[in-house]
Amino acid sequence: MSDILSDPLFVRGYVTTIALSAGALLASLVIGTLVASVRVWGGPFLRSLTGVYVEFFRNTPLLVQLLFLAVLLAPSNLGVTRDPLVAALFGLSVYTGAYVTEVVRSGILSVDPRQIEAARTLGLSQAEALRHVVLPQAIRTVIPPLGNLSIALVKNSAIAGGIAATDLLQVARILEARPPFTFDPFIAALFAYWTITIPLALAVSRLERRLAFAR
Amino acid sequence: MYKKFAPLMALVMAVAACSTAPGTGGSPAASPGTGGSPASSPAASSPAEPAATPTMVIVEGVSTPESIQAEGTLTCGVKFDVVGFGFRNPTNNEIEGFDADICREIAEEMGVEALLIEAVSANRIPFINERRVDLVISTFTINEERRGQIDFSRPYYIAGQSILAKVDNTEINSVEDLNGKNVCSATGSTSETNVREQAPEANLVLFPTYTEAGQALDDGRCDAVSTDDVILFGLIDAYPDTELKGEPFTTEEYGIGMKKDSTELKMFVDDVLVEMDGDGRFAELWNENIGAYTDKEPVLPPES
Repeated sequence: MSDILSDPLFVRGYVTTIALSAGALLASLVIGTLVASVRVWGGPFLRSLTGVYVEFFRNTPLLVQLLFLAVLLAPSNLGVTRDPLVAALFGLSVYTGAYVTEVVRSGILSVDPRQIEAARTLGLSQAEALRHVVLPQAIRTVIPPLGNLSIALVKNSAIAGGIAATDLLQVARILEARPPFTFDPFIAALFAYWTITIPLALAVSRLERRLAFAR
Repeated sequence: MYKKFAPLMALVMAVAACSTAPGTGGSPAASPGTGGSPASSPAASSPAEPAATPTMVIVEGVSTPESIQAEGTLTCGVKFDVVGFGFRNPTNNEIEGFDADICREIAEEMGVEALLIEAVSANRIPFINERRVDLVISTFTINEERRGQIDFSRPYYIAGQSILAKVDNTEINSVEDLNGKNVCSATGSTSETNVREQAPEANLVLFPTYTEAGQALDDGRCDAVSTDDVILFGLIDAYPDTELKGEPFTTEEYGIGMKKDSTELKMFVDDVLVEMDGDGRFAELWNENIGAYTDKEPVLPPES
């Protein structure tokens, strides 16, 4: 087991999974916040467009999206990238972004609109009302589901091997097919995933408690 | 929230401690390939002992010609996506190819039905050890590492690993040219290891099947696909703008895989192969299935 954990290929797969998850999380937070803003405050056309985005990506399997994207982005088609890791990063970001959109939207809507009216009455501008009244309350609602999403994202990243990206699970597959042909690489991968997801879960619950001050 | 978490964490830690301890502490009779005889492995999973690091499942006993005749079915693992050797014809769902026909010949000699199931590269050895198949006839290269795990018949075909690239690609002409290129192949194959050894700077992109590797070559994600020439011939059929580059750079002897210590079954299978070679059936099936893809003589290769 220790020879697997120290195998450079295994380490590379581990680092790849962390980088892929972190990158996709950041990108999906940006996508989700932007799209959610449009979904709440945008005009009717933009709102229905964001609805199409959310429902399209939430309602097809992630692996199908990735297989499709890898071919679509390939040099002889759109010519964006031939690197399966980039295709996986793109796919995971857009997919998770759809979920983040819905989480952020529900966070914004959880704040009673009469609070904005009250803030405006007290002389705050619309932006100030959002910044000082809506945002602090919305964040508290949004943190637990976002934590769940980020843990799900780490686990979803295991699908990247399906388009030949060398992530943690793919590395386990490669090592399993080499002598001494044991099941050990998968056990190593299992523990390696835990070393990412469990600290993440602890961090989320800690953040949740710190943000709960006003309740 | 944290309180809810504490017992869960304790559980996780406990499981982690149990599972890693036997693995790190001087690996026991866990790896059948490196350690003692396979017979010691079923003992390791007996209920009296604590669970050692799980390895491959090995079901006890071997198939013999008699046990197969008693059962009435010879089960073979073959490829379903390699034209010429094992290929499911999409128009009638028949499994066609040299490997599939050899299985049918052996079944006929035994007087039983042949049952063909799909064995992809990575699950061939597990299928044998779990006794889900009696034989694996699946473009299966004989090598020393595998000989430690399973038994092989005498070789029935000698392939060589080659390189497939687009016709207009002039940069790739030999295995050394693969350095720095995107090279596609399949996980769990000898092809992957061979490229890693002979072109260490190549960027290996590994798909579950060669069909997906072929697609990746076609749309430009790969510069080349490298595996046994006979598999590549099937891809040329699908993608006519590709061709083989350079000469084969390895020798792959294909054998029929079966469970370790299958002495009787191996003798039977070898006899059938020799008999087929003698009465012309071997050459007939060869020409029918792979004659168009190779200019080699349709004879049984000598025992290695």
